[in-house]
Amino acid sequence: MSMAAACQAESAGYYGYGEPATKEQIAGWDIDVRPDGKGLPEGSGTVDEGMNVYETYCSSCHGAFGEGMGRFPKLAGGDGSLTEDRPEKTVGSYWPYASTLWDYIHRAMPFFAPQSLTDDQVYALTAYVLNLNYIVDGDFVANKETLPKVKMPNEDNFVWEDPRPDIHNERCMKDCRDTVEVTDSAVGKNLTPSTTGPLDKGLTE
Amino acid sequence: MFGKLRRLKQDVSGIALEESERLPSDERRRFLRNGLFTAGGAMVGGALAGISPRLGAAETQYPPEIPSWTRSLGPGVVTDPYGVPSPFEKGVIRRNVPWLTAEKTSSISFSPLQHLKGIITPNGLFFERHHAGRPEVDPQQHRLMIHGLVDRPIILSMEDLQRFPSVSQINFIECPANGGMEWRGAQLNSLQFLHGMVSCAEWTGVRLSTLLQEVGMKPEGKWLLAEGADGAAMTRSIPMEKALDDVIVAYAQNGEALRREQGYPIRLVVPGWEGNTHVKWLRRLEVGDKPWMQREETSKYTDLMPDGTAHGFTWVMEAKSVITSPCPEMPLRGSGIYQIEGIAWSGKGKVKAVDVSVDGGRNWRQARLREPVMSKSLTRFSLEWNWDGNPALLQSRVIDETGYVQPTLSQLKEARGTNSIYHKNAIQTWQVTPDGSVNNVQV
Repeated sequence: MSMAAACQAESAGYYGYGEPATKEQIAGWDIDVRPDGKGLPEGSGTVDEGMNVYETYCSSCHGAFGEGMGRFPKLAGGDGSLTEDRPEKTVGSYWPYASTLWDYIHRAMPFFAPQSLTDDQVYALTAYVLNLNYIVDGDFVANKETLPKVKMPNEDNFVWEDPRPDIHNERCMKDCRDTVEVTDSAVGKNLTPSTTGPLDKGLTE
Repeated sequence: MFGKLRRLKQDVSGIALEESERLPSDERRRFLRNGLFTAGGAMVGGALAGISPRLGAAETQYPPEIPSWTRSLGPGVVTDPYGVPSPFEKGVIRRNVPWLTAEKTSSISFSPLQHLKGIITPNGLFFERHHAGRPEVDPQQHRLMIHGLVDRPIILSMEDLQRFPSVSQINFIECPANGGMEWRGAQLNSLQFLHGMVSCAEWTGVRLSTLLQEVGMKPEGKWLLAEGADGAAMTRSIPMEKALDDVIVAYAQNGEALRREQGYPIRLVVPGWEGNTHVKWLRRLEVGDKPWMQREETSKYTDLMPDGTAHGFTWVMEAKSVITSPCPEMPLRGSGIYQIEGIAWSGKGKVKAVDVSVDGGRNWRQARLREPVMSKSLTRFSLEWNWDGNPALLQSRVIDETGYVQPTLSQLKEARGTNSIYHKNAIQTWQVTPDGSVNNVQV
C-alpha cells in the first residue's frame, strides 16, 4: 500500500488539486522576456515615439536625458566608469542584455503605475533609452526581431559562474597579527539615524 | 455608589468592573470589596471613598515598597485579541535609513538585532525589502500559476496549495546588500543599521519539488522563473538543481500566516540564498531551459569587480557572524564580567565554530555555540569576558561546516575592491572605549 502510494506520488497529477491553466490564462500572466527574444510580443516603436512617451511618464524620475533625479536611477552615461571609484551603472554602461530593458519597463514601469503601458509604448521606450546610450541610431525601430540582435557594450564583462569562495582566511588562534590600527570610524560622521525612540527622528550624531 | 463606579469604567479598573457585573450579586459584592478596597486601594479605592493613597507606594516601585501592579488587577484575557508587545518595548522596531533610497516603496528596513534573543526573529521585526511597496493581496483572489516546460500547467488557489503535504524549516533570510554601505569605510554607528538585513523564521509550506512533480517537468526544464504579484512583478531565475533541493513555497511564518511584508499569502523560501531570490507575493512559476536574465539578476545583485568585470549568479550567502552584545546600541556599564553574545550563519550549511577576539584579531578564543545549531539558520554564540575597563577591539569569526573561515575586511577588499556592493560578510570590529561606549570601526 505504502509502496503504491510512493509510486503514485512520483507521477504528475497525483494530487489533482487546482485547475488546468488554459492558454489564455497563461498568455495573460506570462510576461517574461529572455535575451534570445523569447517572450517578446508583436508590435514596435521608434526612438522618436519613445521620446514622447519618456517625457510623459519617465523624465520626472529619470531626468530629461536619463541622467537620474535624486536617488532614482540614472539610465544613460557612465561609459568607462566601471573601474572608477564611483562607477555609474546605467543601461549603457552596465546592463548586459537589451531584452531586460523591454521586460523591466513592461513589468515595473512607470514606477507609480506598473503594467499600464502598451506593448508599442514599451518598444518605443526601449528604443529611446538605447538611443540615449548611443547603442542604436535615431532611426532604430524596436520590435521582436531587432531587439535580440542588439549587442550591449558590457555584455562580455559578466561572469555567470560564482567564483567563490574567493577568499581563504585561516583559523589562527594566537599571535595572529602584530599591530592593529583603527583605519576608520563611524563616530562623528552624522549618518546614523536614531536607534531609539520613534521612527525617523533624524540623525543622532 | 455603583453609578459612581460605572463612570470609572474607562479608568484602570474598567475591565475588572465589567467582569464583576457578570458575577452573581453576593459574589460581586465580595469581588468589589476585595478588589477595590483591599487590594486596589491605592489607585481606585482612594479616589472613590476618600481613602488616601499610600504615598510611599506611589513614589517608588522598588523594594521594600510593593509595586502598584502587584496591588491592583490587570486587564483580562483578549484585551488584545491579537497580542502586542509591552508598551515599554515600543522602541524595539524596524527602522530605515532615509538617505539610502529615493522612496520608502523601494527600500529596506532593518531588524533590531540588538534587542533580539534566541534565533527566531519575531514576525513584526523581520526586516523588509520591497521593490514597489507592499501589496495588499487578497488570498481568496490570489492564484499561483505553474507552467512552461511541464506536462500539465496548473493554477492553484491558496486552499489548493494548503492541501499538499507541508514541511517546516527554520532558515535565515539575508539581503545581499546587508552591510553593503561600508565597503569604502565605516559609516553607520549601529548594529541594527549595519547588519539588520538578516532575520530568521520557521517557514511552513509545500516543497517546490512536490509542486514540480505534480505538474510533471519535461527533461529539458533546467531553470525556474519565480515571479511576484507586486508592482515590480519581481522575478528571479533559479537553477532546477536548487529548486528541487530545499526550496519551499511558504504560507506560514513562525506558526501564523505570512506577514504582508514577507509576501502574504505566499512566498518562495530559498534556504541560504540571497534574500531577493525568496520571491514574495508569489504568483507564477515557469519552467524553462535557460535563465531569463532579469533586471534583478543583471543590473542589480551582481558584483562589480575592480577590473570592471562583474560576477552574476552569486546566490549563496557565505558565512558571517556579528557580536550583538555589546554593540553601539548596547554599551558596557563599567568593568566586570560580560557575556559577549552574537549570531552566526552560513548559506552553505551549519555553523561549525565561532571564535571571538577582544584585541582586534591578534588572539582568539572559541565561543560556546548555543543549541539548536541548524543548517542555513541563525546560530547564537557566547563567550565570557572580564572587561578591565581598558580600550578593546571586539571581533567574531565564524567557521562553517564546509571549513570556510569568515574573511577580514581587508581580505574582502583585496579580492573584490570596494564597488561590489553585495555579499560583504567581513569580520565586524566593535571598538570599546574606557567609558564603555561601543563604536563601529574598521581595522
